[in-house]
Amino acid sequence: MAGARGLALKRPSVIPGFGLALGFTLTYLSLIVLIPLAALVLKSATLGFSGFWEVVTGARTLAALELSFFTSLAAAAVNAVFGVIIAWVLIRYRFPGRRLLDAFVDLPFALPTAVAGIALTALYAPNGWIGSLLDPLGVKVAYTRLGIAVALIFIGLPFVVRTVQPVLEEFDRELEEAAATLGANRRQTVFRVMLPTLMPAILTGFALALARAVGEYGSVIFIAGNMPFYSEIAPLLIIIRLEEFGYAQAAAIGTAMLLISFGLLLFVHLVQAWQRRRFGHD
Amino acid sequence: MDARVINEVNYPAAGLVRGDAASQRNRIVDVSVENVVRLFGATPALHGVSLDIAAGELVALLGPSGSGKTTLLRILAGLDVPTSGRVLFDREDALKLTVQERNVGLVFQNYALFRHMTVLENIGFGLRVRPRDHRPSRKETRRRALELLDFVQLSGLEKRYPSQLSGGQRQRVAFARALAIEPRLLLLDEPFGALDAKVRRELRRWLREIHDKTGHTTVFVTHDQEEALELADRVVVMSEGRIEQIGTPDEVYDQPNSPFVFSFIGESSSLPVRLEQGKVWLDSRPIDLPQGNLPNGPAQLFLRPHDVEIAADPEQALWGTISAHRRHGGARRVELSVGEKGSRVEIELPADLRLELAREIAFRPRRYRLFPATTQAALS
Amino acid sequence: MTDAAIAPLLVSQQRGTTVTTERWPVRVALIAVAVAFLVLFLLFPLAAVFVEALRAGLGAYVAAITEPDALAAIKLTLLVAAIAVPSNIVFGLAASWAIAKFEFPGKSVLNTLIDLPFSVSPVISGLIYVLLFGAQGYLGPFLKSENIQIIFALPGIVLATIFVTFPFVARELVPLMQEQGTQDEEAALSLGASGWKTFFKVTLPNIRWALLYGVVLCNARAMGEFGAVSVVSGHIRGKTNTMPLHVEILYNEYNFAAAFAVASLLALLALITLVIKVALEWRYADQIAASRRH
Repeated sequence: MAGARGLALKRPSVIPGFGLALGFTLTYLSLIVLIPLAALVLKSATLGFSGFWEVVTGARTLAALELSFFTSLAAAAVNAVFGVIIAWVLIRYRFPGRRLLDAFVDLPFALPTAVAGIALTALYAPNGWIGSLLDPLGVKVAYTRLGIAVALIFIGLPFVVRTVQPVLEEFDRELEEAAATLGANRRQTVFRVMLPTLMPAILTGFALALARAVGEYGSVIFIAGNMPFYSEIAPLLIIIRLEEFGYAQAAAIGTAMLLISFGLLLFVHLVQAWQRRRFGHD
Repeated sequence: MDARVINEVNYPAAGLVRGDAASQRNRIVDVSVENVVRLFGATPALHGVSLDIAAGELVALLGPSGSGKTTLLRILAGLDVPTSGRVLFDREDALKLTVQERNVGLVFQNYALFRHMTVLENIGFGLRVRPRDHRPSRKETRRRALELLDFVQLSGLEKRYPSQLSGGQRQRVAFARALAIEPRLLLLDEPFGALDAKVRRELRRWLREIHDKTGHTTVFVTHDQEEALELADRVVVMSEGRIEQIGTPDEVYDQPNSPFVFSFIGESSSLPVRLEQGKVWLDSRPIDLPQGNLPNGPAQLFLRPHDVEIAADPEQALWGTISAHRRHGGARRVELSVGEKGSRVEIELPADLRLELAREIAFRPRRYRLFPATTQAALS
Repeated sequence: MTDAAIAPLLVSQQRGTTVTTERWPVRVALIAVAVAFLVLFLLFPLAAVFVEALRAGLGAYVAAITEPDALAAIKLTLLVAAIAVPSNIVFGLAASWAIAKFEFPGKSVLNTLIDLPFSVSPVISGLIYVLLFGAQGYLGPFLKSENIQIIFALPGIVLATIFVTFPFVARELVPLMQEQGTQDEEAALSLGASGWKTFFKVTLPNIRWALLYGVVLCNARAMGEFGAVSVVSGHIRGKTNTMPLHVEILYNEYNFAAAFAVASLLALLALITLVIKVALEWRYADQIAASRRH
C-alpha cells in the first residue's frame, strides 16, 4: 500500500504496513494535536490582529506573561549553573551514594506537579520547615515571586543535568592533558577548554528548562499566591479567562505562549546546528 | 652524540639557544631515566628501566603494545608518576615538577586540538595561559603563533577550526602548539598513528627536518619499526616493561642482542638447534657453524631471509623442503620446512632460480645469531 | 630488576595521575554543593509530602485515602491511564514502524510533531479541547444536540491526558527502531512470515525493554497530569476528579493532611516509577533510547 495519503515512499520496500502505520499515525496526530491546535489559532484569529495585540499587551496579560517568562529565566539560569555542577560531580567523581543521587535527579520528571506544588508550599510557608527559618530574616518565599522561582527551579533541574551528562562523559581526557602540558593550571583548563566545549549542551538544557518553566502550572499554582499583576502566571490567567467564557482571549494568550515556546525550540535547534557546523561531526 | 646544530635563521627566534641562561626554563635538556618502576595495582608496566638521552637527540621508544613505551613517555611528560625511580632533566629532579612546570611539549596520536578554538588560538594557547608576569602580549602571542604556523608550512589557515583540517594538517598544528611554549623536551605519542600511509611518510620526513632545524631533545613512541629506524638517532627497543636494547638503527638491526629484538626488527626466522662439541646441531646432524662461547644445550638460531645463500657444499649445511614460494619485489621468497619438527623458515633467493615444491634445498646463513634457550622467555 | 626485588614495591604508595581532576578540597566542596542543592530542592519536598501526610496520624491517613471521593478519584485516575496508555502504545508502535522502517519525505516534520506536547503548556493542552468541544467551542452546539458530553466528563479528561502523554512511548521506540534497521524484518519476511507475524515475533521482542520504559514514563505522567486535566475536568467531586485534582480540592479546603495523604500515593507512584526506570536503564541501557538521546 505504498503511496497512501499521497505520500510516496522514497525507496520501494518489501516491508508491509506502511500505509496502515503512517495512516494511523497521521490520523491520531490530526485528531489529537493538529485540529485542536488549529482551533486554538483560529479562535485567537477571530479577534483580528489588533484585537489579538490588545489582549496580549493588556496590562494584566502582559504582567502575567512577563512574570512567567522572567521567573522562568531566573530559574533556568540557576539550573544552568547548578546543573553543570551536579552533572560534573556525578560524572567525574566517585563517592558513596552517587548512583542513588543520579537516579534521584529525575524526580521532577516523575512527580506529579500538583504534589510538588503543595509540598513546596508546605516547605516555604511561614510555618514550614524552611519558611520558618527564612521568615525571621525577612525573606518571604511562599506567595511571592521568589516562591514561583523556587518551584520552577525544581521543575527544570533535570534538564540541564541530563543534557550535560553525556557530553561530559564523552569528553576526551587527552584535551585536559594537552592543556596541562601546555602550562594551563586546572582552573584554566576547566574554564578555557572544557566549559566552552560543554556550552552547546548547557545552552540546550537551559532552553529546555526555560521552555518547560514558562508553561508550568501545577507546581507553581499553590506557592504563587496568584495575585493579579504580581504573582499571577500566564497559564492561570488563561484558566481565569476560560471561566469567564472569554474563550477568544484565553486562546490569544495561549497562542502567545505557544509562540514563545516555539521561539525557544528554534533557539535550541539553531544552537545545535551551529555546534555541528563549528565543531564538526566528530 | 654530537649536538644538533640549530639553524637559527629558520626557526622562530624564541630564545632557544643552548646555554642561554636567561631562559633557563626553556633550555633544551638531556634526560636521565634511572630505574623507573611503574606498577598498576600488582601489574608492573615498567620493570625498572634506565635510559640516558643526550640533549638534542631524537630517540624512538619502539615496541609492541604493552611494552611500556607509552607509560614511560607519560612519566617523562608528568602525566604519570613512577612507583619508584628517578627522572632527571639536566641532572635536576624532574619528578618534583608538576606537568605545568616541566615545560614539555606533548603531541598526541589523536591531535587533541581544542575544537572550539581556531588554529591560531590553539597554537597560542600555551602562551595565553602563562602567569601574568611571563605572559606575552596578545599582539606578541599572535605574532609568534603566525610564525610557528609558517614554520610548519600551514600559513593561511589561522582562522580555520580543527574540524576543517585534514589529519596531517591537524597534526602539524599540534606540533606548532607544542613548539610555541619553547619546550625543553618534545614528546610524541605515536604521532602518525591516526594518519594514512602516504601522509605518514610525508610527515616522517617533515619531522626529521623540523628536528634538524630546532634541535629539540625529542622522544617519540611508535610500534612501527620502519618509522623508528628511519627517523631516530637511537632506538630503544622495549618489550613487556623492559628495555631490550638501545642502539643506533644500524646497531639494533645488524647486532640485535636478544631473540625479541631480532624478531621484532626486520624480518627473521628461527630454528631450534642444539649446541655441542663446538658446533651447532640440527636434529642429529652437525651444521658447520661455530658454537662460539655459548654454553652447551638447546638454542635458537636466528637468521634474516636475505642473509642466506644456497650452500655450494651441501655437507653440514641446513636443509629444508620447499613448501611455498612467491615473488617478492625483485627476488623470490621461499618458505621452507626445516628439520624433523618442520620449522618454518623463510629465505630469499634470486628470482630466476627454478624451484619446485617439495624439493630440498641446502642453504647457509651468511649472518645469524645464536641465543641459548634460557633467553626464550623473552621471545615474543 | 628481578621480580623478587619488585615485590616489596607492590605495597608502596601509588599516586594516580591527578592532572585531569581537581584538588581534593575543591572536589569535596563541589560534591557538598551538589548534594546540598539536591537535598534542598528535591529531597525536602518529597519528604514533606510524607511527613505532612502522616501529621494527623495513621488513622486519619487511612481515612483520607479510603473516603468515597478519594476512592472515586483513584478509580478515575486508573481508568484514564488504562485508556490513555494502551492508546499511546498503539500510536507509538505505529509511528515508530512508519518512521523506522520506511523512507518518506517529511520524516523530520513528523518527528517534530511527535515532540510537540513537550513544548506546550499543560493548560494549553487542556484549553485546545475546550475550544473544540466545550459548550462554546466549535463543536459545542453539535455535541449538545447529540447529547455527547466530552468536556467536564471522562472523554475530555482522556483526550487531554493522551495529548500530554503520547510522545513518551514514541520517543523511546523511534530511535531504537531506527538503529535496529530493517534487517530482521526483511529476514523474517523472506522466510515466509506474514507482516503481523513478523511484527509480533520479530519486531516486538527486539524493542520490548524500550517499550516497557516508555510505558512506565507514559503511565507516570498520565496518572500525575494536573494542568491539562484541570482545564477540561470541571472539578465535579466524585465524578470528574482525578487524584491530582482531588489533592487540589482538599488543599484549597485547608484539609491539608488529607490532601497530602492522597498526594503521598502519587509520590509513591513516582518513586516506584523511578526505581523501574533506573532498573531498566541499568540492565538494558543498550536497548533504551534514553541513553542515546542527542
